[in-house]
This record gives sequence, C-alpha cells and structure tokens, in this order.
Amino acid sequence: MKWMKNAKTYTPPDFAVIRDDERCIRCKACVEQCSFDATFYDEDLDKVWNWEAKCVGCDRCAAICPVEAITIKKRETPYRYNYSWYGHIDGLKKRAAFGGTPVVSMGNDKPYPVYWDHMLLNASQVTNPSIDPLREPMELKTFLGRKPDFVEFKKDGSLKTKLTPQIELNIPIMFSAMSYGALSYNVIESLGKAAQEVGTFYNSGEGGLNKDHYKFKGNVIVQVASGRFGVHKPYLDVGSAIEIKIGQGAKPGIGGHLPGEKVSQTISETRMMPEGSDAISPAPHHDVYSIEDLRQLIYALKEATEYTKPIIVKIAAVHNVAAIASGVVRAGADIISIDGFKGGTGASPQIVRDNIGIPIELALAVVDERLRQEGIRQQVSIIAGGGIRCSTDVVKAIALGADAVYIGTAALLAIGCTMCQQCHTGKCAWGISTQDPHLSKRVNPDIASEKLINLLNVWALEIKEVMGAMGINSIESLKGNRLNLRAVGLSEKDMEILGILPAGE
Amino acid sequence: MHEINATDVHYKELNEEIRESIRNNEHDLILDGVCGQYYIGCGISNSNVKITINGVPGNDLGAFMNGPVINVMNNAQDGIGNTMNGGKIVIHGSVGDVLAYSMRGGSIFVKENVGYRACIHMKAYKEMNPTVVIGGCAGAFAGEYMAGGTMILLGLNKSETRPIAGVYLATGMHGGSIFIRGKISHDILWEKAEIEAVTNEDYTNIKNNVKEFCNIFKIDYNRVMDEEFVKVVPESSRPYGNLYIPGP
Repeated sequence: MKWMKNAKTYTPPDFAVIRDDERCIRCKACVEQCSFDATFYDEDLDKVWNWEAKCVGCDRCAAICPVEAITIKKRETPYRYNYSWYGHIDGLKKRAAFGGTPVVSMGNDKPYPVYWDHMLLNASQVTNPSIDPLREPMELKTFLGRKPDFVEFKKDGSLKTKLTPQIELNIPIMFSAMSYGALSYNVIESLGKAAQEVGTFYNSGEGGLNKDHYKFKGNVIVQVASGRFGVHKPYLDVGSAIEIKIGQGAKPGIGGHLPGEKVSQTISETRMMPEGSDAISPAPHHDVYSIEDLRQLIYALKEATEYTKPIIVKIAAVHNVAAIASGVVRAGADIISIDGFKGGTGASPQIVRDNIGIPIELALAVVDERLRQEGIRQQVSIIAGGGIRCSTDVVKAIALGADAVYIGTAALLAIGCTMCQQCHTGKCAWGISTQDPHLSKRVNPDIASEKLINLLNVWALEIKEVMGAMGINSIESLKGNRLNLRAVGLSEKDMEILGILPAGE
Repeated sequence: MHEINATDVHYKELNEEIRESIRNNEHDLILDGVCGQYYIGCGISNSNVKITINGVPGNDLGAFMNGPVINVMNNAQDGIGNTMNGGKIVIHGSVGDVLAYSMRGGSIFVKENVGYRACIHMKAYKEMNPTVVIGGCAGAFAGEYMAGGTMILLGLNKSETRPIAGVYLATGMHGGSIFIRGKISHDILWEKAEIEAVTNEDYTNIKNNVKEFCNIFKIDYNRVMDEEFVKVVPESSRPYGNLYIPGP
C-alpha cells in the first residue's frame, strides 16, 4: 500500500517518543522490538532515535525498556482548535493524498454514550438477605440452545420430551469470533487452552481452523461466514456449535476483510486463498438473500451434522434488530448472537466502524423484550457482545436478557494488547494480530493462556460477589431480571427502551 | 443396490433413511419419486457411495458433501454443491441459481443451463482443485469472487437471444480460471478481469474435462471442441488493494 511519508503529504505525527538519553543504556532492545520501523540506532552518534511519523503508540518499546527510559505521549494536534473539525482533518488529508479509504482495527473509539455506565445494580438488605459467595455455592453454569416449550415426564420419572442439542458453559462468558488470520497462531492456541481449562468456548472466527487446533474439540464454536473459509465436514465435526455469521458489530452490512499482508503460507492453506491476496468475505452470503435462504442454510448445516449441534446465527446490532432477531428465531436458529457497534475487528473501513450499528445494551433489551412479547423467547439463547469491558458489564448484560456474553477485545487486552488500532497492518508489536512468525513468537501460549484463565476466574469471582449482594445465587435467576437494574442519567425514552426504572423508584 | 421410495417423504426422514442405509453398508442407492426434497447428500463423507436420483431434487443438493457421486436424471434446483469438498455431482438437465457456492473440491457436470450466481467464491489449494463443467449457458454474476478452481462454460445451446454468459461475469475474481467456448464481449466482463489465450496445459485440462462431460451425456466430443476457447483470469490477486489505506 502506498503510504510512505513523502514531501507531498504531511500529516502531523500522532505520538511523541520521549527518551531520557541519560538513562538509555544503548541496549537497542527498543530498536529490535519496534515492528513499525519507528526506532533506529545511529552507530556514529551512538544514539537511539525515532521517526515519530511512524510511531503508532503501541507502547512496546516503553514496556520492554529495562531502564524505563521511554515515554510515549499522545501529541496534541498542532492545528488551531476547531470543535467541529477535530479528528477529521488528518483523515481528509490522507484521502486526498492517497485516494483510498482508511482501514482501522479494534472497536469504535468515538465518544458515543456507554449505557453500562448509566446502570446501577441492586443489593439485598433487611427485607431479604444477601448471600455470601464465600460460604454458599453460586451457580454460574449456563446451557445455550433451544429450550423446549414444556417438558413431559414418563411414569418412572424419566424425561419424555426430546431435548434439542445444548452446549454447556461453566461461566456465562465465551471468547468471541476472532479469526486465525486476524490473530496469530499462538494467540489462538492460548484462547483454546484457556477455554478448555475454564470449561467454556472460543469461537474460531471466519478463517477456519488450523489442523493443530482440532485438538480443542469440545471447546470450539466453529463459524461459517460468507467466504466459507476452511468450511468442510471435519471442521464442522470439531465444533460443539456452528455459528453462521450474518453480520459483525464493527462492520455491519459489509463483509470480512483480511488484508493481503496477513495471508501468509499457513493462512493461505487454511483459507484456500492465493498467498498475499486479500481474503474477502463478500456481503451478504451470496446464497442468503432472504430469511428463507437463511433458514435453508441453517437446516443444511443441521442436516450435515445430523441435528447433533446447536446452530448460532450472529447478527450485528442495527436499527431493526428486534424484527431481525424474531425472523432468525423463526428461521430455526438455536442461539442468536448479537454484536454491538463497539465490537472489535481486525480490519474495517473507518467510516463503517465509527458510524454504523447501535449499542449492544439497547439491542439486547429490545430483542429480549420483542421475543418475550411474541412468546418465542425460550426458542433461542441470546449471546451479547461488543465492548464488554468488565464483570459488571457481564452482570448487567445478563440482567437485560442475555444468556451469555462474548468477549473479544477484553481477551486480547489480557494477553498484552494495548489497542493501538494497527491490527490491519499485520505488524503487531505484541505478536497478537500478526502472521509474521518472528513477531508471533512474542506471545507465549503458556503465559498468555494463564492470563486468560486468570481473567475469567477473577470475573467469575466478581460476578458471584455481585450476585450474592443482590441476593441471587444462580445465573438463571439473574437472566432478564431487569428489576435488579436502575438507571442514572438516562432519558425517559432510554429507560423505556431498556425496560428499567430510574434510581429512586 | 438399494432402492428408496422418496414419494411424499419429508426431506428429514428421507435423508435419515439415506444415512441409515450408508451405515448399513448400502453404497449404491437409487431414490425414486424425488420431488423437491432438500439437502440430499448433505454432509456425506463416504467416497464409495453412489446416489441416483429419479425425479427433481430440492435445494442444497450435495451441500458440504465430501466424497459421494450423485447422478440426477432430471433438472435440479438451487444451491447445488454448496461448499462441497469432494465427490461428483452430475445433472442430466438444467439447474437453478447459486451452483457450487464456495466449492472447495470435487467436480460438477451440468448438461444444460445454470441460473444466476454460479461458482461464486470457488476455492482451490494444491491438490484440492474443484471443476465445474456447464454444457449450456450461465446467467448473470457467474464466477464472482472466484479464488481458485476451474469453471468451463460450453454454451452448446447459445444463440443471439441466449448469450453464453450473463453480465457481471467474474466480478471480484482474484484466482482460478474460467474457460469459455467461443468469444465473449468485454461488456459483460468485470473491468479488472482479463481475457487471455488458452495455454497448452490449459487445453489438456479442458480436453480431459470435456471428454468426461461427453462420455457422461453422450455428446459428440468433436462437435464440442470445434470452437476455440478463451480464458478469463483476474488481472491481479489483489484487485481491491488500491481502495484501502491504513488508518486511523
């Protein structure tokens, strides 16, 4: 891609690299570690210097400097302040200079409202007691899949109703769809190990599964996206559930995009693409042009797996998500996954990531409410994702109606990501979202999986703590329990859509 | 040989019966009275299995299929060979839309015409090289987003009113090849796909596939090969590379 800095186009650097030269011991670790060609060592001057225009603020050099000599600072834009134009000037100049649209990664970073931060949780006092999670068992186990309308028992007490296939989660948190291609081999290895250890699932994403990762059978949800990368019978057999990707929160309405830089030899093999070619998942699935076509695909997958696995349909949170969800349920999906507009991505055009979609909090609330009104809520489980940042976001999501949540960005942050939004370049200095074998080694699967396990265990503990305070001892009692939420600083309409009362009432 | 009467049987039961027969080591199945049942052959991995269909099968015939041979003695509908990984499908008639979507291996032979959106996003890697041979004409949007594999379009019944291929041919193509018997106009072709001459190696590939096609459908091989073929290939393997620059 033609983006080299040249005299014809100047955009001010985003970051300043401040080096305390006295502390610097010339170990040149920062020179070696910088994958964005922003750090150099000058032999003659015996000095480390930076090409700041190339610095992306990934903080790798500051993190590994043994003498803490480096500070990365966000530069203030040098332009005279203009409220309306702030944040738009450089993007416009780049488009004019290079004739292309900027591609970004990770989630929407614009200051749209975060509804999680306007919801407060209840605690039980006096009228009913809270529960001490250190003393009493708390049930975080969840089953995802279509539930029967009623259950019938035989005379001997055994179950007469035939149950549709379910997947079992030890905690209501799963790792969301991040493809092999977007992420490095070692990171997928870490996600798989952590999912196995904790007893939950990770989602393969649309890039297929490397054969080495078939060993995670039992803890993988396999995805079938419009590009159908890596989709064949053995792949479907490895998955405990199959997810049809109709949309994604970070780029609703457009397809997936893996830049050619990240299509290495192993990615080429897994996705069956020419090496170095952009791996495009078209939008829409060119065999799914209507809800009837979606039903056809759902049942094709059910037939192919002999009705032994639940089928998940992943949709992006958009304006009429309630009606779409209702259609998806009636098309035969067992689980619906809703991805809010703050969800992350490995590559998306900036205008799409920053302007399309709606918040997951609202989408979740309206889908749950609509399905209840139509009397079909039990026919699916709902998974919510898209910017879940902490354990209380998980609790609030379940209280709004989700059965479980997907975390993506949170998992990568646990491994070491600093959200510098450069995943699409394939040069991740932390070795997370790159296919460069040299960089990928920077993630050690044993250490990274331990961090993920820690994250999930701590969140589980926090969820139990908060549930205990509410006087609830199982996720089932929390699910859809909107009376445990109160709103602060939201409008009447917001509260009406979320279905929660204002604090004080 | 094992006959299954499919008249008025719901697709779920029919497919269960097919799978049960295969588990009981019946490998030569004949289905009679098929009328629109979906998903026949879906997901079956056994390469020794042969299924003959008397009647018109429904959508998604051979979807995710991984080895068997299916012979349809009539027309067929949409979604044939959807994400197929291996095996062979033969249709003694015309088919509907979305043939061979995301096909990864194996081969499909269609005696007459195909509808819209044929061979979208076909893929290939090393020995996995899918081939689709179409005796008649294709509708619009054929060969879109092709990443690999071979599509051979013979146009044996083409005419003024029925061109060999529709508009938007090979849009987004970034790999693979489309061989067309005769000439096509640049008007219907995506601007980033090119028409090239066929190499000797390509001709060997074409001849082998056409021979098989003619054997199956009892068509005169010399009559098919009496016209020159052209080859449609992508201009680059990164046709959309220039649209994007790295942000933010």
